[in-house]
Formats: sequence, structure tokens, C-alpha cells
Amino acid sequence: MKRLRGWWLLAAVLAALPLIFPGNYYVIVVGASAGLFAILAVGLNLLMGYAGQISLGHAAFFGLGAYASAILTTRLGWHPWLALVAGLVVTGLIAYLIARPVLRLKGHYLAMATLGFGIIVHILLVQTGGLTGGPDGIGGIPPLSLFGWAIDSDERWYGVIVAALLLVVLLALNLVDSRTGRALRALHGSEVAAGLMGIDTAAAKTSVFVLAALTAGLAGSLFAHQQAFVSPDSFNFFVSIELVTMVVLGGMASTYGAILGALILTFLPELLVVFEDYEVLIFGAILMLIMIFLPQGIVGGLKDLWRAARRRPGKGSQDAA
Amino acid sequence: MPSSEPLLQVRGLRGRYGPVEVLHGVDLQIEAGELVAIVGANGAGKTTLLHILSGIHRASAGQILLEGQDIGRLPPHRIVQAGICQVPEGRQVFAPLSVEDNLRLGGYAQRHHQAWVEQQLQFIYTLFPILEERRAQSAGTLSGGQQQMLAIGRALLARPRLLLLDEPSMGLAPLLVEEILRVVRELNQQGVTILLVEQNARAALGVAHRGYVLETGRVAMAAPAATLLSDEGIKRAYLGY
Repeated sequence: MKRLRGWWLLAAVLAALPLIFPGNYYVIVVGASAGLFAILAVGLNLLMGYAGQISLGHAAFFGLGAYASAILTTRLGWHPWLALVAGLVVTGLIAYLIARPVLRLKGHYLAMATLGFGIIVHILLVQTGGLTGGPDGIGGIPPLSLFGWAIDSDERWYGVIVAALLLVVLLALNLVDSRTGRALRALHGSEVAAGLMGIDTAAAKTSVFVLAALTAGLAGSLFAHQQAFVSPDSFNFFVSIELVTMVVLGGMASTYGAILGALILTFLPELLVVFEDYEVLIFGAILMLIMIFLPQGIVGGLKDLWRAARRRPGKGSQDAA
Repeated sequence: MPSSEPLLQVRGLRGRYGPVEVLHGVDLQIEAGELVAIVGANGAGKTTLLHILSGIHRASAGQILLEGQDIGRLPPHRIVQAGICQVPEGRQVFAPLSVEDNLRLGGYAQRHHQAWVEQQLQFIYTLFPILEERRAQSAGTLSGGQQQMLAIGRALLARPRLLLLDEPSMGLAPLLVEEILRVVRELNQQGVTILLVEQNARAALGVAHRGYVLETGRVAMAAPAATLLSDEGIKRAYLGY
């Protein structure tokens, strides 16, 4: 399974980290948070990086999953796993309903429409106070449990989130390397040409949109149980922008790039805390510099550098002629 | 009597972009096994006609019958399944994808015929050996002529009953144009029915059985290719001598 080598490596590293750095705040707590964002970024990358459809409202699906879990477990007393599945169904259904009309649009117009959707969901979370608790959110969300184990420590959450991430990554890697994955990448190139290949472009766009929404819903449910508390501000417009930034920064159309983007955007602010007042300024400057010097994103840029290095003469290359 | 039906019959086809009508009632007919050329100046409506045949653009009036079945209202992917496949103008290969992935995308609708796809892939590699040499390379790194070969190969993997070629000579050096048209004729001799749309009228009529001359959205002339090639009016207007 040559094409899953990277996945095994990722799994090994993620499993080894808490053993090498036991109890380390950055690994266990910030790492789990980065893992959730990585799930979101990998899902969004399928839609954006591979199929070429931008979404500026992806945090809405993250929020729908989180609130579904929060409401069903605290208000209706549902079992957390049942609530998680119900949350996925709701998120998927809403994504399916808005996919057709929204994905007819292209470029800037698609960006505007998804932006609008994200804002509407955020406003609804704030305004429907009876159901969502309004701006104060919902607290007291019970922890998940697995085979009788309550997932109630940072270490256990790290394990659950990493497992979910590995699952989503496996799914993404297999999808991209399939007939459907080729169809998505064709869509990215030219929708007209994809249609001429016999690809039902509307159906392909809808399914990848729903799939991306489902991964976001999953991340949302996990997030709700992990934090035991949700409020609308975790799912606002800026979170959507952050997710897009993760995908672009890591390198579009690269699953590992999306993970890298999530890692950088989660860890960088933590590390820049030492600069106090200048934190955001330096953060912005770093993003600008990366995009100026690596316009293909980090993974794309490194690939280019690697190729250029191998092609350099005098390194014993056989195609010197 | 399905066998006596022409493969493609187009009746009174009109097409418009907003308020501007660009096709004013086009009739044409293609028999199975034919190689038919449509020639005409820039803006005559050639590409619009092909786009309507492929379902990318919708006709405002008229009928498109594939072996008697009306396909005029089908979406593009259903038209491909019905057997009409287009090699679009400007080739439109998927640049970041490998040559072989591009070819396999052509066979997207043939998922239940995997053995046939593998066999056809080998056939295309013998037809265009350069594509086999570059099979793992991304399509964007190919030259214009190679991309045209790739686009034709890709369309052949869709198992076309009618192959539409939109300006395959565009942007190619004269030697390459000759090479591409040689392949087009060879494919036709192997039984592929082809509708070839070209601005390069002399080259197209040189390989076709019959030709239609499209002039500002109307069929101005329809005749055997040899007749068109020797017509004084055609010579003056399209052949440049």
C-alpha cells in the first residue's frame, strides 16, 4: 500500500507524540485543537482544493454539528453518540438542500453566497435563544464515552480526535485517488470540459459539498463534547476565513497540506504570545510572507523546490544530456 | 426501421446568446461512418452549433435526433452516455492531471466496461506513442500538438458513436495539422463517425466526405467535399486563392 505510506507515518507520529511528551500542554491540548481544525481543513480541501469550489461559510456546518450535539444531549437527553449521528444527518441534509442552488454559482458569486449562508447560520444561533441559548451558548454538555470509558481527560480527547482525523484523512486519500476524485479534479480544471467527459457536474459538486459539510459536522460534535460548552462565536465568519486560510496556506489540493495549514494556524498564535501586543501583527506578516514566497502553499512550494533541486546539474542526474 | 435512420439529424436548429440569435435554423444530417466537415468564417456559429449538440448550450428551437431519439434537452453528461463526444476547442486538457488520468477521465462513463477501457487505452497508446511515453507526466507540460492528441484520445475513451472535433488545427504548425488530420481520417476509416468543425477549410475538406458551409448562422452550401473544394465562390471566400 504505497500510497498509504504517508498515512501510516502520520498515524505513527500522532500516536508517538503524547508518549514522547507526556502531559505536555502544547501537544495534548493545543494538539487536540489543531486536530479538530485539521479535520475541518481536510474536508474543506476536498471541496476547495480538489473540486475548486470556494466556501466562505464552512464554519456554519461546524456549528450545526456542534449545536445539534449540544441541543440533543442537554435539552432532550439523547445519548451522545446518537446525537452525533443525528447531528451528521442534519448537517448533511442542510448541505444537500443548499448545495444545488448555491453551487450553480461560480467564483466571486459562490463566495458571496456561501458567506451569506455562514452569516445566516451565525445569526440564527444568536437569535433563537430559546433553542440555542443565544449569545450565552449552551453549557453542561456531557462527555462522550467509549466502551464504558468516559472521555473526560485531555489525553483521552487527544486520542479520540486523532482517531477521527486519521479516519477522515484515510477517507480523503482514497477518494482523491479514485474515479470520483479524478472527476472532482476535472471539475476544478473546467466545468465545461468535465461535462464533456460525461461527468454529471451538478451531482459531483453536490456530493463533495455534502461530504465536506459532514466532516465539519463531525468536528463540530466532537468539539461540543470536548469543550462541554458551545457559543455562536466559535462558528462565526472569522472561523470560516481561518479554515480557507489553512487550506490555501498548506497548499490547495493536498490533504497533508491542509493538515499542515491547520497545525500552523493553531500553533503560531500560541507561540507568538511572547510578542504580546504585536502578536496579531507578526502573525499577519508571516502569512503574507509565506503566500508571497510560496504562492502554491507550503506543500506545493516545497514540491517545486524539491524538483528544482533534483534537476540541478552536477548532482549526478542521468538526464544531463 | 431504426437502421434507415441517419446517425444524427438536426432540424431547424436555432441558438441564441441573450437577445442575439447566432444560428437561424440549421439543418444537417450525418450517416454512420461518414466524416463530415463544417467550415465557415469566425463567428459563423460553428462552435455554438457544437456546444448545442453537446448540451453545453441549449437550443432555442429545433430538433436534434440521434438515431431518431430526441436528445435536444439532455444535460451534457447524458449526451456523452448517448454516444456523442466532443473534443473541445482549445483542447481543454486537465493540466495538473497526468496524461493517463486525463485519458481515464474520458472513460468516466464507461465504468461498467473496464476491460474495454484498458483495451482502448492500449489502442490510443499505439495511435499516439508519445502519450504512452508521457503517461505519468502532467498534461500541462505537453506541447500544443500533443495536447490535441491527448484530447482526441480522451474523447475516444468515451466510446463515441459520433465524435465532434472543434478546430483541432487551432494554433498548430502546418506539419502537425497534417498529422492530426491524418489521424482523424484513419479513425474514420476504422469506423468512427466524425463531425469536424474547422476554420482551416482546405485542410478539413481535404479529408472529409462531405462539407457544410456555415455563413452567419445559416447553411450556405452542402455538398461533397470535392465539389466544395472546386467551387469558385468557396475558393475565393474560404480557401484564399
